[in-house]
Amino acid sequence: MAISRLEVLKTYKIYIGGKFPRTESGRYYTAVNKKKEALANVCLSSRKDVRDAVIAARTAFGDWSSRASFNRGQILYRIAEMLESRKAQFVDELIRQNSTTIAAEKEVELSIDRLIYYAGWCDKFQQIFSSVNPVASSHFNFSVPEPTGVVSVIAPQDSSLLGLVSIVAPVIAGGNTCVVLAAFEKPLCAVTFAEVINSSDVPGGVINLLTGNPEELLPYFADHMDVNAIIYCEKNAAETKLIKEKAALNLKRVLVYDKTNWVSEDGQSPYFIMNLQEVKTTWHPVENIGGSAPGY
Amino acid sequence: MLTTLTMPEKTILHKPDFTHTPSVDQVGIIERAARFTKRSIKNETKMNGLLLSLNMIDLTTLEGKDTDGKVKQLCYKAIHLHDVFEGLPTVAAVCVYPSMVAVAKKALGSSGVKVASVATAFPSGQSTRDVKLRDTRYAVQQGADEVDMVISRGKFLQGEYNFVFDEIAAIKEACGEARLKVILETGELGTFDKVRKASEIAMYAGADFIKTSTGKISPAATMPVTLVMLEAIRDFYYKTGKMIGMKPAGGISKSKLALHYLVMLNETLGEGWMNNQWFRFGASSLANDVLMQVMKARTGVYQGKDYFSID
Repeated sequence: MAISRLEVLKTYKIYIGGKFPRTESGRYYTAVNKKKEALANVCLSSRKDVRDAVIAARTAFGDWSSRASFNRGQILYRIAEMLESRKAQFVDELIRQNSTTIAAEKEVELSIDRLIYYAGWCDKFQQIFSSVNPVASSHFNFSVPEPTGVVSVIAPQDSSLLGLVSIVAPVIAGGNTCVVLAAFEKPLCAVTFAEVINSSDVPGGVINLLTGNPEELLPYFADHMDVNAIIYCEKNAAETKLIKEKAALNLKRVLVYDKTNWVSEDGQSPYFIMNLQEVKTTWHPVENIGGSAPGY
Repeated sequence: MLTTLTMPEKTILHKPDFTHTPSVDQVGIIERAARFTKRSIKNETKMNGLLLSLNMIDLTTLEGKDTDGKVKQLCYKAIHLHDVFEGLPTVAAVCVYPSMVAVAKKALGSSGVKVASVATAFPSGQSTRDVKLRDTRYAVQQGADEVDMVISRGKFLQGEYNFVFDEIAAIKEACGEARLKVILETGELGTFDKVRKASEIAMYAGADFIKTSTGKISPAATMPVTLVMLEAIRDFYYKTGKMIGMKPAGGISKSKLALHYLVMLNETLGEGWMNNQWFRFGASSLANDVLMQVMKARTGVYQGKDYFSID
């Protein structure tokens, strides 16, 4: 009998600043499927990983937010391309995490389409949401959206890939950077998605991905003073309250998407981008020619 | 060998032969410096260390684009590091170019924060003795409490140690009451042996402090090179009984690194040097990082730059 080949298993590591370190804590947990079979050992991230990830995200923010919107669109499209080419792997991982073949294929395809959707919006939502405002004085007065900064994302716990993509894509499409906590019980696709990001021209630090226990890490995501917004997706009143209280410390935007069905059409909208924008209004003095009132 | 020196006898405590300074074990120094970073520091000690390092900072701005306004802003920061936290120390000094000394002196007033001025054709030092002396006298006249001079690295590397020695001694004389820090610019010296040699020349010639770098050359201060200089200070102290200060400068921007330096200082020179009379950090962005750590320790919340003054 021929000696059967020993499969080489992937180490599921976290993603910080464009690198794949293990958690600084050295801890891990075992992700299991419905039958309690072990799927992989995954990093159990600590608060110090959150700290490092926020530093990476803040460092990346300047470059990412000041890039041309069109370039961000190109990069989002590139992520979709990379995801398409690794479709089989994601389908396989979803099936290992209790999904059926049909549902898995649908989820991956929808994730790819969603990235394309937001790639298109990158250089268009500004026109939709900007305005020229009527004012009484001789000023040209206009408002434009600008990215809010670093965003904490607690990815939907019941979805391994689609929920993650649906939330992260509008965050970065709008020029923000983010620190993402993957679904605790379904972390495989998230880490593999980080590998896709890493090979898609996304600058290191724009998306940082941790795996770990939300209960343990939520407070640090919520009260970090260098984080400008936090997204949470669970129907959990106690945790929502905790997040809101801690976020008040530096007036973070708190977005709770606990009713969104990511599979439906409601799972995508330019408002997901706009929710993480600050509106800047500029008063530009203009000459009031001939004493006539401004036309707008 | 040193009978060719032209300095007055009184400033020469010993007459070492600078061509025969001790050689440095490079591997040993690097290993030992790395070991200082492995010490366990408990919370209370860490807090004390952070406050101490704030108090040891020479808040520095040495740029061509410096203006009166920038210097005034820096001086305000030197006195009011982070007013939300009451009872914080001030930094040790503000370090500026000679042309900004008067502005800084006025802005700092009676706060106790010293004004340090670079001089002697900083940062290259490529000028005549006369220009360097006048540069120094000007800084002192303007009110500088401390003068940071650069050595002539070209001459040093040519082996003209007496030239370097004489120059330092002459500048020291021009400083009068002001304390003299001698910048070796270790990034241009190349080897630990040369750093050790330059340290000895500076100390015997009358330096009150020896300082690693201008901050304009990379590498600037590193732990190994600082250790070499600390050991030179220790040996000089054993020989002469005279304490010399140490100032690593450039590249120290994280509080963790500052704590490592304090560990190294304490274990090499001891408690006598653990104050801003004998140890300084030349840094511009270290203060904010330390402040963020101090606030993290107090509030338990990771801090963001938005809530600290711009440096």
